[in-house]
Amino acid sequence: MKKNNQVIKEKGMAGEKEAVGKGGREKSRRDFLKSTAAFTGGVMAFGLLKGTNALVFAAAEPASETGPWYGIGIDILKCIGCGKCAAACKKENHVPEEPWYFRSWVEKYTITKDGEVHVESPNGGINGFTETIPEEEIFKSFFVPKMCNHCYQSPCVQVCPVGASYDSPEGVVLVDEKYCIGCRYCIQACPYGCRFINPVTKSADKCTLCYHRIAEGLMPACFEVCPTGARIFGDLRDENGELHKFLQTHNVQVLKPHLNTGSKLYYNALSQEVR
Amino acid sequence: MDPHAQHLYEMLSKVVGYIYPNELDLQWGFLIVLYPYLTGLVAGAFILASLERVFKINVLKPTYELALLTALSFLLVAGLPLVNHLTHPFRSYEILTTPNSKSAMAIFGYVYLWYLMVVLLLEIWFDYRKYLVIWARESRGFKKFVYTVFTLGVMDNSERTLKWDRKLGYFITVVGIPSAFLLHGYVGFIFGSIKANPWWSTVLMPIIFLFSAMVSGIALVMVVYMVVSYIRRHPIDMKALDTIARYLFFMIILDFSLEALDQIHRIYEAEESFEIISMLVSGKLAFTLLTMQVMVGTIIPLITLGVLQLYKPAERIRKAIYLILGLMILTGIFFMRWNVVIGGQLFSKSFYGFTSFKLGLVGSEGALMGAVWLILPFLILSVLLWLFPPWKMEETEL
Repeated sequence: MKKNNQVIKEKGMAGEKEAVGKGGREKSRRDFLKSTAAFTGGVMAFGLLKGTNALVFAAAEPASETGPWYGIGIDILKCIGCGKCAAACKKENHVPEEPWYFRSWVEKYTITKDGEVHVESPNGGINGFTETIPEEEIFKSFFVPKMCNHCYQSPCVQVCPVGASYDSPEGVVLVDEKYCIGCRYCIQACPYGCRFINPVTKSADKCTLCYHRIAEGLMPACFEVCPTGARIFGDLRDENGELHKFLQTHNVQVLKPHLNTGSKLYYNALSQEVR
Repeated sequence: MDPHAQHLYEMLSKVVGYIYPNELDLQWGFLIVLYPYLTGLVAGAFILASLERVFKINVLKPTYELALLTALSFLLVAGLPLVNHLTHPFRSYEILTTPNSKSAMAIFGYVYLWYLMVVLLLEIWFDYRKYLVIWARESRGFKKFVYTVFTLGVMDNSERTLKWDRKLGYFITVVGIPSAFLLHGYVGFIFGSIKANPWWSTVLMPIIFLFSAMVSGIALVMVVYMVVSYIRRHPIDMKALDTIARYLFFMIILDFSLEALDQIHRIYEAEESFEIISMLVSGKLAFTLLTMQVMVGTIIPLITLGVLQLYKPAERIRKAIYLILGLMILTGIFFMRWNVVIGGQLFSKSFYGFTSFKLGLVGSEGALMGAVWLILPFLILSVLLWLFPPWKMEETEL
């Protein structure tokens, strides 16, 4: 991606030079604005990939320079907490039923007027939520769907002693269950609590972004079933894609940006209480 | 219902506040508490032995070989709880054959093997070789066989060869000191480098692990020396014991200062995680941290050893005090490991709640199995002392 950024920078500078050379003041200004806009837009767009720190809080580059590079957008304002995503995930990926194995879950945040934060996720939100706090005490309330952030500087991949956790060329963090030794260091290293030991395979387990589906051109199960379109799945390299539009038109934020994990899960309207 | 699931349903009812759903089950249990504990004892015992050899502190001579054999006995066991804890123990060789160069854990096998094969075994071998040759000639039956095998065929006891033994032994001890630092500092780094966990993630972690290792290792050698002398009905060399106690005193001061610095730093900075960590310390860890680690394992021994530097009661009383303090320190450091490993997993990374930990009695992660890993090194040490008694070296010299 460095290349792309350089191309934009060079174009911008060349544009200026050309305009000055022609001497047309009007043109020069227009070109300048154009190139500045192109440059800024470029940084914004490609920054998402390349990682100017201010935009995505990470500085690494994807291993492969071509092909799709997947990211996720979640619009908190659109989530109604139906839990269909969490249920579909369990079904699609044969995630064990017990309420402590989740690749995808929904959290409900309720902030009361006294400033207290109440968080809950009964059975990962699969059975929906019931309001337990009287309405007059509530300051605000919202749902936050959680899943693997598919970080591109993922601490879980970093710590795996045998390399059983790895990044796919499309930027999906995967686990080779036949290679994992079960040391569980990756579970300790994930800041988002997205991993567990599968009781059947006895290996580390996590969201694969439904790799078996996206490889066939389908959407991951949780995105497919979301009734409100709160989840946006897409290729971060596709400038005309839905995810790009979402990132351009919303003030997005990642979870725990100070940890510099290079999360590729971007939330719109992420409240500061969410961790 | 599967007992693990049953256990987790019970834990589910004990969750306080909010935890990420996958955080209910503690991934690193009793076995992972034992691993840094045993490794620390190895490093500490070795460093005490090295003090005698490299810095020529002759007063510690009676404990030199004993400390080395203790280190070896514990090192032979230290890796076992770790392998035992893996969900795929038969794949553990992958860590040596295909290590991920970016993983802090990946070099464990190499650090361990370096320390076992290159440092400890070689040092002990160079130290014992001369006597192995003599004992091989003098003994009969099984012992003769063992001694002959362990000479590795080098039966030359000429003055020139013995000089080389001493030279190489010294060289390995010098290499061994940074290796012991590496071994245990590395164990600390495994925890200290996890940025997701604020209880672990501190640059001081390797250093704290190292100094607490020295404290525990020295205390262990002190206790083992006293017990072995008692069993042999051999008088304890009080000069050696007092010197060990003095080193122990200095090490506790260093260790306590470092750990206090870590805590003061946390309290003063009061970062995002401060609230949950202070709840952890004053709640779930109140007994294991404040009572066991700080009071029993640190403050009381520190004050008592401090007083003993100024005022020396009769030998009998001193011996009793040293024995009790040694055991208290060993307990305290065990709880230090407990507080790091278990404590670090009790609070949610969401900082909104706590999960629970209940140590079972049976099963591979249970207390009984843990006790096996704690007792096994002493059994190995007994066998080693029977085969290679350090005191027999002196007798051979005479």
